[in-house]
Parts: sequence; structure tokens; C-alpha cells
Amino acid sequence: MKHTIRQVFHSGKFLVGFSIFTALLLIVFVYPLIIKNAPLAIIGRGTFFPPGTYVNSYDTIGSTQYTLMLDDAAAKRIASKLGDQERLGLKAWLVADGIPENQIDISDTVKLLDLWVNHYDPNKELAGMTYAKLQYYQRLDASLEGLLSIKGVSIAVKNAQTGALEETQFVQQSDYVNISQVANVRVLPLGTDNFGRDVLTELVKATGVSLEIGLVAGIIATLIGLTLGLLAGYVGGLMDDIIMFITNLFTVIPGFVLLILISFSIGQDKRGAVTIAVVIGLTSWVWTARAVRAQVVSLRNRDHVNLSKLSGHSVVHIILADILPYIASYVVMAMILQISSGILAEAGLSILGLGPRTTDVPTLGLMMNWAMIYQAQILGKWWAYIPVLITIALITFSMNLMNTGLDQVFNPALRED
Amino acid sequence: MKGYRKYFLNKVLWLLVTFVFAIVLNFILPRLMPGDPVAAITAKLAQGATNTTGMQKVYQQYAELFGTNKPMLEQFILYIKNIAHGSFGFSFSQYPRPVVDILKSSIMWTVCLQFPAIIVGWLIGNTLGALAAYLKKGFDKVLMPVSIFLSNLPTFGMAIFLLVIFGIGLKWFPTSGGYGFDLIPNFSLKFIWSVIVHYQLPFWSIVLIAIGGQAIGMRSMAIYELNADYVKYSRFMGIKDRKIIGYVFRNAMLPQVTGLALSIGTMVGGALVAEIIFSYPGLGFTLLNGVMGQDYPLISAATLIITLMVLSANFIIEILYGIIDPRIKAAQAD
Repeated sequence: MKHTIRQVFHSGKFLVGFSIFTALLLIVFVYPLIIKNAPLAIIGRGTFFPPGTYVNSYDTIGSTQYTLMLDDAAAKRIASKLGDQERLGLKAWLVADGIPENQIDISDTVKLLDLWVNHYDPNKELAGMTYAKLQYYQRLDASLEGLLSIKGVSIAVKNAQTGALEETQFVQQSDYVNISQVANVRVLPLGTDNFGRDVLTELVKATGVSLEIGLVAGIIATLIGLTLGLLAGYVGGLMDDIIMFITNLFTVIPGFVLLILISFSIGQDKRGAVTIAVVIGLTSWVWTARAVRAQVVSLRNRDHVNLSKLSGHSVVHIILADILPYIASYVVMAMILQISSGILAEAGLSILGLGPRTTDVPTLGLMMNWAMIYQAQILGKWWAYIPVLITIALITFSMNLMNTGLDQVFNPALRED
Repeated sequence: MKGYRKYFLNKVLWLLVTFVFAIVLNFILPRLMPGDPVAAITAKLAQGATNTTGMQKVYQQYAELFGTNKPMLEQFILYIKNIAHGSFGFSFSQYPRPVVDILKSSIMWTVCLQFPAIIVGWLIGNTLGALAAYLKKGFDKVLMPVSIFLSNLPTFGMAIFLLVIFGIGLKWFPTSGGYGFDLIPNFSLKFIWSVIVHYQLPFWSIVLIAIGGQAIGMRSMAIYELNADYVKYSRFMGIKDRKIIGYVFRNAMLPQVTGLALSIGTMVGGALVAEIIFSYPGLGFTLLNGVMGQDYPLISAATLIITLMVLSANFIIEILYGIIDPRIKAAQAD
């Protein structure tokens, strides 16, 4: 046993797969210990906030203000409002307004804005301009206002009695706050999803739940497959015929269809993560059963099994002591594949809208499902689905690598020398 | 052809058995669940509906159509009768459109998308796999990791990647639908072009995934065959390499054909989900709509048709296999 394990860990492929998988597991277990936010808490009012650090702007007002004289601050401020695209937009308007193209230099911010302020008229309709474009220019104009000003802004509070504004603070353009002194800062490394949930926290939880679903489904499928395979292979005769008939039937009837039918029949309210896992397990035992049977048939008439029979051992004893050890490695490999295909099955089912209830737990499939329903892919909100896809790919990839590694160890014909 | 008779008869019989089994499963699975399915469905449908008399009518119609108040056996006979007449009832979500009507249009899209894609993927995958086994070294070193990566990605994952890269990033292809939303299906050049353009992304996402799995399988089969005694013997005999490769390819191909028959169900399942990503108007998208609208008759009919499609595809592959594999001819000749 010890030797086998050592041999397994000598396989490069297994090691890589095992490392990725362990890393994922570690994250799933350690992350909730450090960051204790509820994975399904809706924190954002609105959909798909981009990844980044969110600093409470109200709290920044009260914080200590530091003055930093940074040369590029003004340039950066202008660039954030007036990028290349906006500059071209301004130019296009001015050209359409009748200003010769050679007089417009979009790299000279001061001149460009000067031209703009002098010529732009928000209500002027140029030939061939759509309403949307007209509004775009109005918005752009509003955002450019005061861009070149070097004055700061006042923070004022409304007096409760008179209703007059009273200045409480004046913010200079060179004022800074230290982020560690601001009371409320929330880092959302992967932004928020369509419900306004923290995607990273949700993803970690979902990975855990999906692995659990895969594990339960894999164990159930393996147990059923193993039992049927052993019975068919060892007992043989009529039992073999019956079991093989059933197995062949379920081989050709697509498991995915059964999955859809059963999940739909169970109904949305009764579909928990475990129920889905059980259903997946019940529909995916076929391959294990076939493979185990084939192996057992080849083992059935080996000398050591016959010897065991002659010694009067019971069938159970023979199966446990003389047959199982020979197919154990194979069963483990099959189970690894079952787990990874279980995770994929859950994802597919959830995208169809037949996954677990959304209110309980997140799963990788449910996250995909919601991202697709809210068209995150069309809107370019990559953080809602790309990390999920990568996680799914990493899980299946690591498991397949482990499987290939094990295969090479236990199946000498496949070894690369 | 006489030798094949037993083989073909066997396969036809098997097709019939699985056919019946599929229908029975489709009938029995929803009914195994506790509660009256029709009442549950109507209750779900009635949420937010104000027209109670209309609802009652729907309930009665479905209770009659499925015969839920009758004994199981009688229900089953009724069910078979309905299927034989091609009547799957009316859709809940698109009432009063009959289910057959909805499915009729989506089947064509799915069949035209999936089967060419799976076959093309299978052919390319096998060719690449055989080349990798034969050329080894550089080609193999590149192809294998790529194939492993491809075969590990779910089809919907590939669909999303293609969609984001070619549909949204490069804007080469449209992102959703089976044809331009401003067009009405007809046989004009513009419409056909639109269909072709919309076809590309779903098609290639299925093809690429199929390539991955098939290439890996073919490579290991071909490596096994290349080391077989008959190859060495042929080399000693001085038979040309090209001819030997032909033998090897043919022998390695046979298990791949069986493999295709066995995996076609899984492939179709994956491709159905990929359809959803592209809002392709096939059975997958119809299924999604059915699930969203709690449309039991639609789902039941769609799953039945998918099963029948897979069974028929399986049957065709097995028949082809019988013709290709010389061993079957030999076995039947005895």
C-alpha cells in the first residue's frame, strides 16, 4: 500500500493534478475562515459592479486630509474624463459643425476644450445625428464641465432650521486620504453579480458546494456501478443477463435526458443540492458497472479465486478479499471521473434552469445560469462568468490529470518511458 | 448481404426494445413523483392568473389528455395513443400553440446543427489523433495538451469562450439566434447567408469539444496498433509505410466508431446546453423555455424526441459499424 502511494506520487501528471485540486480544496476551506461574509448576502444595489476596491465616499470626507503635490495628478484627472475616444468624439462634432479639420488638434487639451466650449450648443441638431448621439454629447459636455478648473469643491450641510447650505469642509484638488484610515473600505476582487452579491465569496462557496455535489454523485454512482458490476461479473448466469440488459438500456438512453426529466418532476421547491447530487449519481452509474463487470469476468476464473472457492469461503468473502483488491485502483479512477462529470452535469442542469434552488446555496452551475440569464457575456461583465468557467475547467482538468497519472501507474502498457 | 441478416435483425430488435423503454421511462418518471402532476402543473400555472374558469378548463383538458384519474395501465395506453397520433397536447407557456408545432421548428435547427458538428468533430479529431500517433514528437507535444484541455472544458464553456472572443471581441459573428432578428424565414439569399453566419459559433464550439476527446482516443488506439505484431510483420515484408498506415488507421478506427455510438448521448446533451448560450432556436433552447415556463407537456415531448434522436443515431452508427467491421461478417458467415 505504502509503496503504491509512493509510486502514485512519483507520477508527474498525478502530482500536478493533485496540487491543483488540493489548492482548490484549501481555498474552499481556508477562505471562509478569514473572510466571514455570508456568500449569498446581497450587498450591491444594482447589477454587475466591476472588480476593484470600494471606498466609502462619505467616510473620506471626515478622514484626515493629506496634501500631496503630485505633478501628474491633473493630467490623470483629465485623462479619466477625456480619453482618446472622447477626444475623437469632440472632434467629430466640431467637424460636423463646420470647423476645418486641420484647426483641431486633439492632443492639445486646452485648445480642444476651448474650441468645444465656444462652439458647442447642446440643442443644436446636426445633420444625420441620432438622438442617442445627441444625448451622448450632452452627457459628455456635462462631465467636462470644470475639468480644467484648479479650484477645489466645498462640502456643505443643509441647516435643519433655515435650509441654507453651510460649508463644513473644503476639498482641494491636492487633498488625499489614506485608505487605511477610512472606516469603510470593501475590496471586491471579482466585483458583484446580477443580484449584487460579492462574486469571489460566492464563487468559493459555490466551488465547495459543487465539489460536494460531485463527491456525493460520484460515490452513489460508483457504489451502484460496483455492486451491479460485481454481481453481474461474479454471479454470472441469469443475473448477468438481467443486469447487462438494464445496463445496456441505460447506456443508450441519454443520462442527460433522464436527469432533466427527474429534476423537473421533483419540482423547484424540493430541489436541494443533495437531491440533485443523488439524481446525478442515480443516472450515471452505467460506465462503472460495465467496466467493473468486464474486470470481474476476467478475474473470476483465476487460480487464487478458485482456491478460495475450494477452501469454502463465502461469496462475500471471495468478493471482498480476492476480487475487490484487484479492481480497487480501477474503481478509484472511475470514481474520480464520476466526480468530475457529476460537477459538469450539475452545471449543465443548472444552465437549463433545473439546478438546485437558488436561495439556499450557490453552485458553479447556478452562477453560470444567472450570469447567462442576465446576459453578462453580451454586456461584457466578464467577472460574473469567466472565473466560474475557469474554476470548472480547473476542477475537471485536475481530476483528469490525476486519473491519467493513476492510469499510467496501474496500467503499465500506458507508461511513457 | 445474407451474412448480415442476423446482425441487422438483432440491432433492429434492440432499437425497438430501447424505443419502448424510452417511452415507458418518459411516461413513468414524472408519475413516480408524489402528487397529481396535472394539479401541480396547473397550480403553478395559476399563480398570478386571474382567469379561474380558464385555468379549470386547462386542468380538465390535461386531466383528460393524460387521464390522470384513470388507472396506470389505462393511462399508459392513452399516452401511447397520443404519441402515435403525434399529439403531445398544448403548450402551457405558449398556449394555445400545440407542442408539436413548437417542436417541429426546433428539431430541424438542432438536427442541422448537432449531427454535422459531431461528425465533423469526430473526423477531424480522429485524423489529428492518428497523425499525432504517427508523427510523434513536435506535433504530438502540441496536440496532446490542447486536446486534453479541450476535452476537459464543458461544451457550454467553449461556447462562451467563442462567443466572447469572436462574437463580442472581434465582432466577426453574431452572438445569438439562428438568424437575424429582423428577418422572416424564407429562401432568399439574404436569409440563407444570415443563417450561415449565425451557424458558425455554435457549430465550431461543438466541433472543437468533439475534436479534443476523439483525438485523445484515436491517438492511444493508433499507438497501440502501431506496436502490434502485424505492423512489424508488414514492415519486414517490405510493405510500403503508406499502406501500413492505411491498415492501422482502419483498425484503430473501429473502436472509435463504437465510442461514437456510446458517447453520442453525452455529446448531444452538452450541445443542447451550448445552444442555450447562443439562444439558438433548437431543442435545447426550447427546453430552457419549457423549464422557465413550467411547461410540462413541452419538456416531456422534447425529452422524448431527444431520446429518440439519440437512439436512431446510435442505430445508424451500429449498422455502419456492422458494414465496416469484417469480423462481424466473418462471425455471421458461420
